[in-house]
Amino acid sequence: MRRFVPVIVVALLATVPLWLGDPYILNAFITTGIFTIAAMSLNLLLGYTGQLSLGHVAFFGIGAYVSALTALGFDVELFDGFHVVHEPWPVIYGFILAIVIAGLCGYLVGKLSFRVRGAYFVIVTISFAEVVRLVALNWVELTQGPLALTNIPPVTLGLPGIGYANLYGKTGNYYLVLGVGVIAYVVIKHLVQSRIGRAMIALKENESLALSVGINVTRYLVLAAIVSAAIAGAAGSLYAHYLRIIDPDIFLFLYTVTMVIMVITGGKGTLAGPVVGGALFGAIPVIVRSFAAPEVQWILYGAFMIAIIFVLPQGIVPAIERWFAPRPSKKQLVASQSSVSAE
Amino acid sequence: MTAIVPALTIEHVAVHFGGLVAIADMNFVVNGGELLSLIGPNGAGKTTAFNVITGFLKPSKGEVRYRGTSLNGLKPHQVASLGLVRTFQRTSVFRAHSVFDNVLTGLHLSGRSNLLDTLLRLPRERASEQELHDAAWEILTLVGIDKQAHELAGALPYGDQRLLGVALALAAKPSMLLLDEPVSGMNASETGRFMRLLAKLRDRGMTILLVEHDMPMVMGVSDRIVVLNYGRIIAEGPPAAIREDPEVIRAYLGQAGAKRAAHA
Ligand SMILES: Nc1ncnc2c1ncn2[C@@H]1O[C@H](COP(=O)(O)OP(=O)(O)O)[C@@H](O)[C@H]1O
Ligand SMILES: [Mg+2]
Repeated sequence: MRRFVPVIVVALLATVPLWLGDPYILNAFITTGIFTIAAMSLNLLLGYTGQLSLGHVAFFGIGAYVSALTALGFDVELFDGFHVVHEPWPVIYGFILAIVIAGLCGYLVGKLSFRVRGAYFVIVTISFAEVVRLVALNWVELTQGPLALTNIPPVTLGLPGIGYANLYGKTGNYYLVLGVGVIAYVVIKHLVQSRIGRAMIALKENESLALSVGINVTRYLVLAAIVSAAIAGAAGSLYAHYLRIIDPDIFLFLYTVTMVIMVITGGKGTLAGPVVGGALFGAIPVIVRSFAAPEVQWILYGAFMIAIIFVLPQGIVPAIERWFAPRPSKKQLVASQSSVSAE
Repeated sequence: MTAIVPALTIEHVAVHFGGLVAIADMNFVVNGGELLSLIGPNGAGKTTAFNVITGFLKPSKGEVRYRGTSLNGLKPHQVASLGLVRTFQRTSVFRAHSVFDNVLTGLHLSGRSNLLDTLLRLPRERASEQELHDAAWEILTLVGIDKQAHELAGALPYGDQRLLGVALALAAKPSMLLLDEPVSGMNASETGRFMRLLAKLRDRGMTILLVEHDMPMVMGVSDRIVVLNYGRIIAEGPPAAIREDPEVIRAYLGQAGAKRAAHA
């Protein structure tokens, strides 16, 4: 039964544009979907390897800028007289480059910080995000700085010989985000339910024991950082081509915090956690907005988050799983709190 | 016995923690297929020796070699992949996971799928996972905890957790096993189960370095014994000789014991 839940959820989500008339709500679905993908990527690091990336939005923003610049083209002077010129490329190349370059950044950050983990990783990721934000803000020739990159082309889908379609509309973007979201979910699921995933979980739970059975802890941490950053980059690319305008505010700490909240309230270290958390914190602003002023919205948002953490410290998904678990003993309940959803 | 081939060689190893000399100048050899016990009072440096051998600790001086390969500078996971695998003095299992998943995790080095196989769950990934599942059952059966396969490791009785620790080490496919006080805290029947496992492992030709306080057990199972006191080797030899050694008796039993031994 449980195995069909994701399929049913996807099937239901696929019907949304068919009956949902309100473009404002559909827009909320799309941006929520994009941030849910980013939260899923963060969960791979935070939930499965236990490393808190507090600069996760950097990978998201890098994906957005790389993808936008690939599609828009640029002409920058690196040093006197030496120009780097890039002609506009199809958006799909931007999407792929966003994944590759964000993944490379994940590799670099991972290599830099995983030798000394824990707090050090948190600091490196925060600093990395801030440096990238300053570059985006000040390298005006490339990024237009605070003036923002505008007129980013939408995603083009199609096959040679059959024809192409631009995804200007919300419906097209909705299905695109849903498709990428499903792929990201499946990739993460395959990864965490494998020998590689077991290595990641093992190093989080008991590093010495993991080492003693031959698990190269640094290698799997870096691998998690690469895959996590690459998926965040994909989400960033979707964001850029959907909004069609990005500015350095994309690197705001607030976005990282939003992702962390989605993962933790949904349930870190579970596949469904970031999806549930993402849906929840995508929906709350839409609902609250109808009756509260912007300042009040943020307060309600925060209060809601604190309430969830207070009532369900492990997050929503583990709580639901426990509810449906076949009468486990109390001892097992305590022990399973940090466990990963079983197969 | 067949030809004696040194498996593990420890040469002039010293470990200093600041001013404290945990190991002074340690030299000994464990031969292939041998069961050598390392004994000594608490704080003698036995666990520290394990940490040095398995790459968890860099020695201040000296060299450790396994089958001719120097282990100096190797990380613990690299030492494990050479076939040298340890257990821990403090019970060490992945508590939040089932016994079966623990062993599956321990089988890490036996997996043969690459990242692409995994991400796309290609046939090679499935085949590799199937092999690992089969291997896990084999190890659980060998150790005798297959009935508890689906229980949470953290919820097992103490003795079974200790056995699971050994199962985890065995999953890494060792050619030499280092056991740090495997039966400490076990009751008599649990110790008995462990002794039978030890005999099975010896039948398979496993080289074993054992740290243990249970003297009847040590005297019964060891081919040779190395005695450590305050970071120094004070005696080395077969059990019969160690039992009679006055310096060992003094270290273990204090002056009273030494006198009693002298009168005997
Ligand atoms: N990481 C460490 N830092 C400082 N001192 C240590 C450390 N590990 C062990 N020691 C000290 O080294 C000595 C040997 O300890 P240990 O090897 O654990 O002894 P044993 O296993 O024989 O009981 C003890 O005095 C202990 O306090
Ligand atoms: Mg010890």
